[in-house]
Amino acid sequence: MNANGKARTDAHWPAIRFTVNGENRTVNVPPMKRLLDVLREDLHLTGTKEGCGEGECGSCSVRMNDELVNSCLVPVLQAANAEIQTVEGLALDGELNPLQEAFLQNGGAQCGICTPGMLMAAAQLLAHSPHPSEAEIREGLAGNLCRCTGFVRIFASVAAAVGAAESEPAKEPAMEQTHHAR
Amino acid sequence: MNTHATTRIVGAPVPRKEGVDKLVGRACYVDDMEREGMWYGATVRSTIPRGLIRSIAFDRRIDWSEFTVVTAADIGGENIIQLIVADQPCLADGKVNHCEEPILLLAHPDRHKLREAIGGVKIEYDPLPPVFSIEESERQDQVVWGADNLLKSFLLEKGDVDSAWAGAAHIVEGEYRTGAQEHLYIENQGVIAEYSAEDGVTVWGSLQCPYYVFKALRGIFDLPEDKVRVVQTETGGAFGGKEDYPSVLACHAALLAKKSGHPVKMVYDRMEDLAATTKRHPARVRHRTALDKDGKLLAIEIHLDTDGGAYSTLSSTVLSRATLHSTGPYLCPNVRVRACSWATNHVPYGAFRGFGAPQAVFAMERHMDEIAAVTGMDPVDLRRKNFLHEGETNATEQLMREPIILDKLLDRALQECDYYSKRLQFARENTRNPVKRGMGIAAFYHGSGFTGSGEVYLNSLAGVDVTPEGKVRVLVSNTEFGQGTNTILTQIASEALGIEYSDVTMAAPDTDMVPNSGPTVASRTSMVVGRLIERACQQLISLLREQAGLGAKHTREEFLAACERYRAAHGELSSMCRYEAPPGIYWDDQKYRGEAYGAYAWAIYVAQVAVDTVTYSAEVEDFWAVQEVGRVLHPVLAAGQIEGGIAQGIGYALYEKVVLDGGRMTNNQMTNYIMPTAEDVPPIHVYFEQIPFRYGGFGAKGLGELPHDGPAPAILNAIRDATGVSFNSIPLLPEDLYAGLAASQPVEEPALP
Repeated sequence: MNANGKARTDAHWPAIRFTVNGENRTVNVPPMKRLLDVLREDLHLTGTKEGCGEGECGSCSVRMNDELVNSCLVPVLQAANAEIQTVEGLALDGELNPLQEAFLQNGGAQCGICTPGMLMAAAQLLAHSPHPSEAEIREGLAGNLCRCTGFVRIFASVAAAVGAAESEPAKEPAMEQTHHAR
Repeated sequence: MNTHATTRIVGAPVPRKEGVDKLVGRACYVDDMEREGMWYGATVRSTIPRGLIRSIAFDRRIDWSEFTVVTAADIGGENIIQLIVADQPCLADGKVNHCEEPILLLAHPDRHKLREAIGGVKIEYDPLPPVFSIEESERQDQVVWGADNLLKSFLLEKGDVDSAWAGAAHIVEGEYRTGAQEHLYIENQGVIAEYSAEDGVTVWGSLQCPYYVFKALRGIFDLPEDKVRVVQTETGGAFGGKEDYPSVLACHAALLAKKSGHPVKMVYDRMEDLAATTKRHPARVRHRTALDKDGKLLAIEIHLDTDGGAYSTLSSTVLSRATLHSTGPYLCPNVRVRACSWATNHVPYGAFRGFGAPQAVFAMERHMDEIAAVTGMDPVDLRRKNFLHEGETNATEQLMREPIILDKLLDRALQECDYYSKRLQFARENTRNPVKRGMGIAAFYHGSGFTGSGEVYLNSLAGVDVTPEGKVRVLVSNTEFGQGTNTILTQIASEALGIEYSDVTMAAPDTDMVPNSGPTVASRTSMVVGRLIERACQQLISLLREQAGLGAKHTREEFLAACERYRAAHGELSSMCRYEAPPGIYWDDQKYRGEAYGAYAWAIYVAQVAVDTVTYSAEVEDFWAVQEVGRVLHPVLAAGQIEGGIAQGIGYALYEKVVLDGGRMTNNQMTNYIMPTAEDVPPIHVYFEQIPFRYGGFGAKGLGELPHDGPAPAILNAIRDATGVSFNSIPLLPEDLYAGLAASQPVEEPALP
């Protein structure tokens, strides 16, 4: 990004306009460039990750016009005039939003590489289904692969984000201290 | 019981240290980094499994003056990836020994130009006959490595196996096979390298072991220690896959950086990562077991063989751990284990969570259920009858000095899963239901830390210092890749120093900043490195008491004030500790006898499985994991490790198949290499029993690898319980289930408990 806050441009290509996290953005890039690369390279929003490049892992998930999309499969042309939300747009005035806070408290993130995509999938789910059942949570996250957690604590995080009133708090494992004479 | 009774921070579910950065998208992985003037690198790889390189030609339609091209001839030091055995070249020189072997490297300022350029390098070969299986390799049809294809072998003997057969009431034999498994970390392998005459080589990368990469770079460039620097960037999953392979990639990028004069980024795409990097060793394990009439083990004889691939990488140490875990947590007076790792012309296999133990435990625990079937015993009773106890010796004649509570773990597991009622219920329902359900058990242990004298050789150094801003920093080369290193070491330091969790930070994982505290592998961080940090903190307090007037009991503020006084008087304040073996440790590397591991974690896992005899799918419906891992330092992180390991173990058993054809992986995409998704993972019930281990950090033993050992045998045992058919190979895909169920009438009805 240069000093006046505009993305790097290439005059050969027609301008494509959209909003990202509520801000108007214009890029002059090849129209078939992947939205993922435009976000990461042209707009320097590197929170969105590439895991497989073929729409299987969901790490590059962003919300576009209230749909969850794999940004590795979206040519930027398709994003013209769209409203896009990335992980960078989740926190509120620098504070974690309830979903992020729930992931932090419930062990929903381990290595963190699937986390941005997982958060976007969860945000999409909660936007349309504010009180999801466990089956709905599983279905809502089925397009996002996590290799660290086994998903258990991600489900718990989403359930916790729904609110203590509507959901059970994440369970801690059962612990017992076993005493032995030494 | 309140496990937090004596500690404030250890044992408490504090927030993950780097958690916020990961949740807001700020955590910086290597592909998120750029360097001024950075170029991109790519690899030209062998398309054949074995042969001589006859010629390399460059397509004239490409302007090669724009590219930097590196071959083996550009390597100033030795063309070897320094690890254990000096056999793997950094770049093939004249011959290739596996598909995807790196031959030539390219760099260009525009990464989009690289794909076409790779296609523009034409390599001609004189092919040689390849070897693709353990059987071909051991027969020495072709000698593809050394004098006899044998990468490593071990012989472990206890008692007198040969005399035991004659008096046996039962002799049970079985052969078990496990497939390759891909780590499938979601972040592919990647590094950025820079080179200058003044500073030497610097590498930033996604990796587990900065000092392994450091050693490899020194060898390739023949540089002194002060001219090599390795920095771990945020790492998006590793599971052993970033233990040895990053050394290869770092050397490649650094060679391109040196020759091009630019920083060079190399990040594999998924297809290249799957095709070219290491996987779990495939294994064949043959068991022959003698029992007395009551079901007590009299003798165990095991032949354990692994496919090591074309170069030795970590095959010797993987084989060692497989050998030492092959007889399970049982008492047996007579044991012989012959273990061999064989060279083939597959991509070299390497480290993967469990490191040989999952292969060995699969065979042993599957075999225990076969023994139960042959002898007519209940699988639970058979195990219980043979469990190791405190004061007894295992296969290496290691005296079990610590309490062993396998009976208690087993009781807990049976109770939590309602084992006997479920087996009765399923046996009743299965007769009239096309979906057959069953319950399966695995009992196992996993050794924490390096094997035998390994920790002594590592000679790890770790410690803490206090910055001018009054922050305590943990100085280790142990890395965070999701498992919680940052969090638990910070907990240990803040607990031991009597300060707050937020007062402690982790020094950057940068070889210019931190000492070599050993690799982040082998379930050693909590137990071994955690203990070093605990000791370093105790030492720091003693220093402050002696030289800075810190009282016998102190508050956080008094501690920080004492640090300031010490710094004012003496300058820098730090406290370093070196590894010391617990007393009485004895290990014989030749005879494979003695204290194989400083401590063991113990577990009983139970799987509930449903096999659909119409669709031939097997589904894990429920899973119980009961374990004793010493003190649990962080309940949420610890359970997260167990759950994640179990999910990988379920994949190992039922989903994940590396399809090899002519030495190449043909399903090198996430589309057709299938791992469990959010809809496949069952509820996982995790229970910890805690017996603090006196030589581990605040009582911890290792737990990271343990959960990968048990799921596969528990699941296949449950499938036997459900169907009456024994399946002895993994992965067990629907087509395998079909073949097995269609081919065999059930050998017997599932035994009622």
